[in-house]
Amino acid sequence: MKTIKWPYANEFGMEEVVDADVLVLGGGLAGCYAAIAAARRGKNVVLVEKGATERSGSAGSGFDHWESACTNPCSRVTAKEIAEAYVNEQDGYSNGIAHYIECQEGYDRLLDMELFGGKIRDTEGEFKGAEFRDDKTGLMFAYDYHNRFTLRVWGSTFKPALYKELKRLGVKVYDRTEATALMVENKNGKKRGTGALGMNVRTGKFMIFRAKETVLTMSRPARIWLFNPDLTGLCEFRPMQSIGSGHAMGYRAGIEFTMMEKSVKGEFSSAGRSFPPYGTGNNHNTWYAATMVDARGVEIPYVDRDGRELKTVSERYYPAPGQKFFLKGGVIDDPKYEYRGPETLPFDELMKRGYQLPFYADLSRMPEMERKVIWGMMVGEEGKTKIPILKNYTERGFDPAIHMLQSYGNGWQSANFLPQERQLFGAPGGIMIDWDLKTNIDGIYAAGDQLFASDCCGFACATGYYAGRKAAAASETVELAEIDRAFCDAEKERLYRPMTVDAENGMSWKELNMAISKAMQNYCGGVKCKDLLLEGLDLLRSYETDIVPQISAENPHELMRTHEVFDILEVAKLILESCLLRESSSAPLCFERSDFPEVDPPENDHFITIRLDDDGKVVKGAVPKGYFGDLKTEYEKRNQDYIRGDLK
Amino acid sequence: MKKEMFATVVPCSARPLIYDEALCVGCNRCAQVCQVDILLPNPEKGKPPIIAYPGECYYCGCCVMACNIEGAIRLQHPLMNRAKFVPVKQESK
Repeated sequence: MKTIKWPYANEFGMEEVVDADVLVLGGGLAGCYAAIAAARRGKNVVLVEKGATERSGSAGSGFDHWESACTNPCSRVTAKEIAEAYVNEQDGYSNGIAHYIECQEGYDRLLDMELFGGKIRDTEGEFKGAEFRDDKTGLMFAYDYHNRFTLRVWGSTFKPALYKELKRLGVKVYDRTEATALMVENKNGKKRGTGALGMNVRTGKFMIFRAKETVLTMSRPARIWLFNPDLTGLCEFRPMQSIGSGHAMGYRAGIEFTMMEKSVKGEFSSAGRSFPPYGTGNNHNTWYAATMVDARGVEIPYVDRDGRELKTVSERYYPAPGQKFFLKGGVIDDPKYEYRGPETLPFDELMKRGYQLPFYADLSRMPEMERKVIWGMMVGEEGKTKIPILKNYTERGFDPAIHMLQSYGNGWQSANFLPQERQLFGAPGGIMIDWDLKTNIDGIYAAGDQLFASDCCGFACATGYYAGRKAAAASETVELAEIDRAFCDAEKERLYRPMTVDAENGMSWKELNMAISKAMQNYCGGVKCKDLLLEGLDLLRSYETDIVPQISAENPHELMRTHEVFDILEVAKLILESCLLRESSSAPLCFERSDFPEVDPPENDHFITIRLDDDGKVVKGAVPKGYFGDLKTEYEKRNQDYIRGDLK
Repeated sequence: MKKEMFATVVPCSARPLIYDEALCVGCNRCAQVCQVDILLPNPEKGKPPIIAYPGECYYCGCCVMACNIEGAIRLQHPLMNRAKFVPVKQESK
């Protein structure tokens, strides 16, 4: 085993205090836009990112779809229509507020992106004349070519452009810095966020960020059920550091969450049961609507929502007769009839009709523009595709004009998970927010993936910007709080402790992560019940008291990974507690209780919320579906300044 | 607290990144953008970074995208993740 001297400074024990009007935790798309919104309003903005903001976050390497750009000049739908459709599609277990913001303001953020240097339209005329291209604006559309509200974009250009803009605006970016705890003051029983604590993950320096307002944009939890100690970076869809630390620190601070009982059977884990996203033959998302064939070369039919077989490739991109629009994309799995778009026949039906495995995506049978846009633009601009898929497959000799790419498993998902192998994928739970995207604690906002029922890059950008705008406005009436020394010291002790544990007698973060994920598969799998969940909690608590003190780290990098697993442990408890609170089963929440088999009974047909009180006890709440009111009316009530264009 | 710190390379079953030592100039641009921070600057100046934590690679390709020298870094998925492709077939019912 090769050992080298740690190449960075040793700053353990050193401390730095940084003050901000608006503090943004997380440097992905949502965080960058939150910081930009606040900086445009003249605020002193600090952004904290564990990786390198230039390429950090789920969209660091790119993304190819910008969903719900309802206000683009070619759109034939309204923000209200699409936002309401998303809420309805999830049976009300959706974030109407955030979806409306995405639908109403998302296109403005895309225009911002163009201003910053990102590529949002076909400026070179590469796809001139294609059915999906508007030749007047150069905008390119995906999915529904009639209604034109999802855009194809060159997302690999976006993060570097955002990073440059942050610098230009004078945002103070603290890269390689993990945020680990929220500072909260409690005055006369009223809580208020006053900043955050953290650590430099290369030097170990302890960081104190004092802030008037804080925005949480730290993605969603991962590695709860799925862990592979060998190919750790491939366990989940999102990058390793998008681990749910924002959820963990929020939960510890008393922030209210909802829908945390929802998890789905795994969809992506290329360390195990699936392939790298977009790297196999399929006809979803990036690859929509690829032509699929079976082993004999027989084409697999696309049908519309009424089962009508579609004859041409073009028809796959239009609503059915009598249908206004259809939904496809990140959170859309098996849509209701109202929103269902063209799709290949279901797998079982194909088996009945004698189709033979394996299936393939055969782009050679598509018009040239459609082939070129899937392989070369979408596969290329979507995250994690430009190098590992497009470049490597091309080097291996793949040519979509003469080759077809295989799909695996029982169809084009190329995945084969067990019911207990779960993920927070698609539209899972998250932080409960109001119309300002403010949490239940004053001074703390949330955006992007940290919100409940969210997904998509346009969603992250639009909600990030909105939260940054509201936080900037709120910061004007607030003073910086005094530093709570005892709280800082306790956090520093918690963070540093693994560095004091002798490596030879200690345990690694991987062993603990492996144990947590196995526990979650055993105690919080496909079918749940009270006794099982309580046993799980008991086991996790024993890890907390007996195992956590034994974890050892050799340097700041390993220490960062260790902190992540401590947060995974926290989030696992949050999930088990949330599962205990819902005493019924639920179809839209993919939630099955053997002791409460009744599905979605009226008395439980609402959001159940969870938070910790000052004594660390779980507090259950109930919030009606649709608590956000009429989306257009409520949005316009609160955003006249933005609508007037005072300061976009 | 440890006064002197070390990094021990943690091998894994795959080789996500392969540097061409003849091409790489050791500028560490890849280490700067790697969001999972698995690359450490080489103690020997001008040499490729040390891939300290290959198992933590997220296979995003940003290191290759940031590299100014074509071919200096190669990123590839583990063997099991390389999907199969075949020549297109004419329909044979």
